[in-house]
Amino acid sequence: MTKERFDFKDYIRPRFFPHMWCPGCGHGIVLSSLLRAVYELDLDKNDIVITSGIGCSSRISGYVDFHSLHTIHGRALAFATGVKLSKPELKAIVPMGDGDALAIGGNHFIHAARRNIDITAIVMNNRIYGMTGGQFSPLSGSGKKATTAPYLTIDREFDIVDLARSAGATFVARSTVFHAVECKDLLKKAITHKGFSVVEILTQCPTYYGRKNKEGDAIQMMEGYKNNTVKIGSKKLEDNPNLIQRGIFVEKTDVPEYCEAYDKIIQTAMKGKA
Amino acid sequence: MNNTNNIKFIQGNEACVEGAIYAGLNFFAGYPITPSTEIAEHLSLRLPQKGGKFIQMEDEIASMGAIIGASLTGNKVMTATSGPGFSLKQEALGYACMAEIPCVIANVQRGGPSTGNPTHVSQGDVNQARWGTHGDHAIIALTASNHQDVFNITVQAFNLAETYRTPVILLLDEVIGHMREKLIIPAPGELPVVERLRTSVKKGVDYHPYLPREDGRLPMSDFGGEHRYNVTGLFHDMWGFPSNDPKIVSELLRHLVDKIETNVNEIAMYKEYWLDDADYILISYGSSARSAIHMARNRRARGVKIGVLELQTLWPFPADIVREKCAGAKAVIVVEMNMGQMVTQVKNAVDNPHNVFLANRVDGELISPSDIKTLLRMIQGKGV
Repeated sequence: MTKERFDFKDYIRPRFFPHMWCPGCGHGIVLSSLLRAVYELDLDKNDIVITSGIGCSSRISGYVDFHSLHTIHGRALAFATGVKLSKPELKAIVPMGDGDALAIGGNHFIHAARRNIDITAIVMNNRIYGMTGGQFSPLSGSGKKATTAPYLTIDREFDIVDLARSAGATFVARSTVFHAVECKDLLKKAITHKGFSVVEILTQCPTYYGRKNKEGDAIQMMEGYKNNTVKIGSKKLEDNPNLIQRGIFVEKTDVPEYCEAYDKIIQTAMKGKA
Repeated sequence: MNNTNNIKFIQGNEACVEGAIYAGLNFFAGYPITPSTEIAEHLSLRLPQKGGKFIQMEDEIASMGAIIGASLTGNKVMTATSGPGFSLKQEALGYACMAEIPCVIANVQRGGPSTGNPTHVSQGDVNQARWGTHGDHAIIALTASNHQDVFNITVQAFNLAETYRTPVILLLDEVIGHMREKLIIPAPGELPVVERLRTSVKKGVDYHPYLPREDGRLPMSDFGGEHRYNVTGLFHDMWGFPSNDPKIVSELLRHLVDKIETNVNEIAMYKEYWLDDADYILISYGSSARSAIHMARNRRARGVKIGVLELQTLWPFPADIVREKCAGAKAVIVVEMNMGQMVTQVKNAVDNPHNVFLANRVDGELISPSDIKTLLRMIQGKGV
């Protein structure tokens, strides 16, 4: 039974708190948006499996009162694929950092998208390896400072939206932690979507990325998200075509979902047997 | 007595598939690799026929991850691979050790290191099965030399995985995997099948996923059930809550090792041939045991007091059993197709390690009875 008001205490494990994120980290806003999305969708906590890898973002799985699987670096989507295919009635949510999802886990990311298995991947993109102390990631982009790029990075960055779209994800969206309500609404749509959904959320790491690259404190970095991003289809975008776009980029409903397709294989195989 | 439908003439890899189905396998994830691929091929056909799931993943690591995820929703799970793929699976295998998740990993061994000798036989992964993943841990690894035994140890692998909540490795080899011979599939109930022990803790009552019962066993609760808990590869307390408290770290590590090492005799499977009066004992396992048994039978016919101890449980190594069986022997010859991975264990186990010799072959060919005979004659002082 849904309570009349959202209370985060209904969705967290107090035992796991205080959380381990730095002051000013954006990840708590992602957590809050996710829990509000789950509340508004009125999902049963027993029906959700949250699977994560390694990194600051991946600690989300322990904080939430769902079935939680905190796995190894980069492989969360592979573990989640086993969870989902073996019990398709469960909701599979996979929060990942940018390095976790797209460096060590890049192969699993594109293949989960290709299969269109009904998993919601949340890429918490802070453009840095935070837990290990500020090394550049495949999302840092060139010309950035990091502890492993004292002379500035020469690596180019992925565009997560383009990558997910090309790999076959059937729902792709982007937002930022400045736009917490938008985040929640996009997560609701992603979780409800039947198929592989990707939500990229730009989230600040003032401790490493911000400090190294002189982007200021958490508030200044969040102001950056406000000023440098723009909604798809907005007037502001027409005037500023180079800003980072937010919103839903892909929403396809005509691609078979993997577990449903496999159920048809079972029907065929069982018919042949009988 | 025999229904002829239950008599098959098949590959060892198929015998492994039959054993897995008999044991209740209902989820398999894998990636093609010689010489194990037939396991995946046959399961892609068989599993959906019983409502189970097969998935070909994007790589070996993903396959290992997927079976761990599927085990947590309450399924008996398996993957199959060979040397290079077994290397790739090691991190996730260690995760299954740490998080105590039942699963079975078949490694149909080929020659290594690296890409090695993909279509030829080797037993070079014995030590990797023991120590492939990082950190202290205990592991169970089983092997067999004929298809009936492959079937039996496969069933037993699932039983041990469920009993001890641990990954269990099936160390087959290329000869066993690809050779065809007869298999009689036992009737349902003929072999014991251990089902998962699930918690009896009711909804609303605290469930401690990592608090062992007095007998050391950990009843599980399926993902999707009433008990929501955390599974992690970090050291964790009885709630699954990550911890670096020295007491918790030490207790968990000791629990992971002790639950298997203290049950070494219960886990030990072996076969013995003509050991009662044996002066010479051949210790072997897997396909090389076939040559050892053949050679011993022929020597027996010529009056040589020789016997064979065929190990089916390689890890945990049954040191007490090996020591007892070898107590009266003049010489012990370990027959294996590697540079001496089991012989080290045997030397450590027996009273007189100077009388332990290695008969090996590492060229991709099956070690032959005459290879072993040559060494025996040298030990006997008869020349070759």
